[in-house]
Amino acid sequence: MDRRHFLRTGLAAAPALTLAGRLFAAPAGGPRFLCVFLRGGYDCANFLIPWSSSFYYESRPKLGIAKPDPAILDGALALDADWALAPSVRDSLGPLYQQRQVLFVPFAGTDDLSRSHFETQDSIELGQPVQGARNFNSGFLARLAGTLSGSAPIAFTDTLPLAFRGDAGIASMSMQRVGKSPFDDIQSATLRGMYAGSHLEAAVTEGLELQQQMAQAMQDEMQAASRGAITTKGFELTAERMARLMRSQYRLGFVDVGGWDTHVNEGGARGALASNLTSLAVGLGTFAQSLGEEWNNTVVFVLSEFGRTFRENGNGGTDHGHGSVYWVLGGRINGGRIAGEQVRVARDTLFQNRDYPVLNDYRAVLAGLFSGMWALSPQQLDVIFPGSSAQDLKLV
Amino acid sequence: MAAALLVAGCASAPPGAAHATGSPDMAWLQRMTFGVNSGALAQYQKLGRDGYLEEQLRAADEHLPDAVAHQIAQLSIGQVDAGRLFVGIAIEQKRINALADGPDKQAARQKLNEQGNQAAYEARRRELLRAIYSPAQLKEQMVWFWLNHFSVFEQKANVRWMIADYSERAIRPHALGKFRDLVMATLEHPAMLQYLDNAQNAVGHINENYARELMELHTLGVDAGYTQNDVQELARVLTGVGVAGPEPPHLRPELRGLYVREGAFEFNPARHDFGSKTLLGHALSRHGFAEISEAVDLLVRQSACARFISRKLAIYFVSDDPPRALVDRMAQTFQQTDGDIAAVLRTLFTSRELAEQAGRKFKDPMQYVVSALRMAYDTRPIENMHPVTGWLGALGEAEFGHQTPDGYSLQDTAWSSSGQMSRRFEIARAIGSGSAGLFDPEDAGTRTLGGFPLLTTPVYYSVVAPLLSAPTRNALETARSQQEWNLYLLASPDFNYR
Repeated sequence: MDRRHFLRTGLAAAPALTLAGRLFAAPAGGPRFLCVFLRGGYDCANFLIPWSSSFYYESRPKLGIAKPDPAILDGALALDADWALAPSVRDSLGPLYQQRQVLFVPFAGTDDLSRSHFETQDSIELGQPVQGARNFNSGFLARLAGTLSGSAPIAFTDTLPLAFRGDAGIASMSMQRVGKSPFDDIQSATLRGMYAGSHLEAAVTEGLELQQQMAQAMQDEMQAASRGAITTKGFELTAERMARLMRSQYRLGFVDVGGWDTHVNEGGARGALASNLTSLAVGLGTFAQSLGEEWNNTVVFVLSEFGRTFRENGNGGTDHGHGSVYWVLGGRINGGRIAGEQVRVARDTLFQNRDYPVLNDYRAVLAGLFSGMWALSPQQLDVIFPGSSAQDLKLV
Repeated sequence: MAAALLVAGCASAPPGAAHATGSPDMAWLQRMTFGVNSGALAQYQKLGRDGYLEEQLRAADEHLPDAVAHQIAQLSIGQVDAGRLFVGIAIEQKRINALADGPDKQAARQKLNEQGNQAAYEARRRELLRAIYSPAQLKEQMVWFWLNHFSVFEQKANVRWMIADYSERAIRPHALGKFRDLVMATLEHPAMLQYLDNAQNAVGHINENYARELMELHTLGVDAGYTQNDVQELARVLTGVGVAGPEPPHLRPELRGLYVREGAFEFNPARHDFGSKTLLGHALSRHGFAEISEAVDLLVRQSACARFISRKLAIYFVSDDPPRALVDRMAQTFQQTDGDIAAVLRTLFTSRELAEQAGRKFKDPMQYVVSALRMAYDTRPIENMHPVTGWLGALGEAEFGHQTPDGYSLQDTAWSSSGQMSRRFEIARAIGSGSAGLFDPEDAGTRTLGGFPLLTTPVYYSVVAPLLSAPTRNALETARSQQEWNLYLLASPDFNYR
């Protein structure tokens, strides 16, 4: 596990002056970063189980996941004396944890207290201070892309997420529905021509190009399928296609996954949440594998707008909470551990007697990560997360 | 290029037209409708702007072409009693769950599943047929707007079976009526109650999902100053509001008078929290279901509600960041008329601010697809709606397809990213080349090829052509075929903005 090697990759990139005289950090060849947003507030307490806490089992008589025990099929997978993984991700994330390619940051989140999905998602994606006026045309990933040179950003979504909104046109295309481009060169040029000089020019140009690239990727997939590769669907298919595009050219990616708002019938070791987690974790495993060597040069960050109520509700579900558990994955990260500030999980440490507290602010954690990946200066970090100071959790 | 739209062409009224149809009139008409077709143009020429506006605000004419009305009449969703259907589905699901695991169970599940998907498709098809062909274009836009505002997701629980009725009974009757009636009608609809889990909200088993969204997304907006405590209090108010089972519950005699049942909607007093509640600083004084009505009155009379709804309407019709003065005037109308939607829209559609933004609002996928079909095919009835629902899905704006309750974005930026633009061009090509099989019966199993629309219609010459920008005119001149000409027109910035 040579995390120094990873760091060197970032540092070796000597800062270069651009035409505009602006100092950029990493040129092409630097690390790759994928942000995975779990929309809906996933129930982190049934993903990373605080199994040493008797309060957990008191709070979740129906939903609680059994302690690690070789005799129990649906028991959790112990990571250390306090934390264990849900059985639904045992086969996918368990081995990655062993290989120190994944770590978790519990008690993570934002100080936005609205408990509204949309408000909190927006505020996280913008990455601006919670107090004060918001600029809805300035997401933190767009600012990161602007800070790095050659970052080649892309959103693997139908619509451009707030995180990537900014003055620069950023590519966005969902990986679920892609097909062959129907336009010949003349038609493409004519279509581009109609938008020349308009503020949609970049989007139109990029869209037509992306279409061509995806057509190529599809052809590769079909060839693989004809050689007997298993055809994938859902998030796994998205993950495979994301890896294909990120391996070849894009360095900064964003994708979102929905379906986490489990107010009713959440299930425990099995059920709705469990199968969502399985699909996500398996997909991320596929992403890692499909990247090949580049996995050693890649960091994946998984976050959600908030955690859920620590106690289960009356409908076999959980309601909107506060602190969450973030995941960090990558071939050369400093993984295989639980990172960040922690507190014992008990009734008296809950926030508002209801939720996990937030001890690790998402902006500070991400700033620390970005700083490690690209050797960014405090000034550059302040552009990406204004008014926030980096928390160095030595993630990479 | 948007500016080019504004300064280009000042078409004078065609000879014989009773009312002016210059470019400001047509720009106005493009927003009043999902896209001008021959019927809208003729009606506008006959009535003039004021007359047309008043006719639209009343949805005075909802007459569909006979073939379209016939299609709608044939749909199975129109031939069942919704209340009985929902209860019947629940019974059938219970029966299937009780079957032993095996092929029979699987077959029964699959059959029910297919029925559900068919019901959802029919609901989408009916919405599209009305959006494309109804002369009451403002109403149709408002139906879409409210279905999006009070968004439900067809894939949750049994919502698929309920969306047709949701539109028909909860949204359509109030689309241009009183906002309060809309809130109550959605509150009393099983689709909303299942979607936002209030069907599970009961005394001692509080579920605050619907209560939160009722304030945040439906009435007040997130910055209105209510607190987590208000959410919890409103959740208590809403206890017992749910979906009816096959039989009315057995109730203690003193509760029987408080029981409410209408179709598949139910207020069950045995599940209601009768404790006292305080909402937004007001102690609620009424009892049982009347207390819910009281809480809704309180919400919709907040000035925050008037502003929130007015601003959202202005974003949809005017611009991403609508002028404050316009929103203020709309909110004032809202409050003066006790939430009369038509009155608020009158303020909007007679405003200077709307005229100033002509040609600058990027069409969302629904507006784009429907306007392209109205342009290409006018009143010719589409037989097979599958390609159209597919296009909306591919553009990320499928009807009843938004998973979260915030509905689709009304902002331009949500729909103009690179992937969106290239998909839109593909759809422009499909419509322009006539290759999608829109006019073959759905069950024909064959596809008629070779027929493409002629977009050079009277509407094109009197509404679209005078406003075309130079780059678009140049592109059209280079077209090597009618199909390609159609592609360029439908893909042009001129057609993608309104």
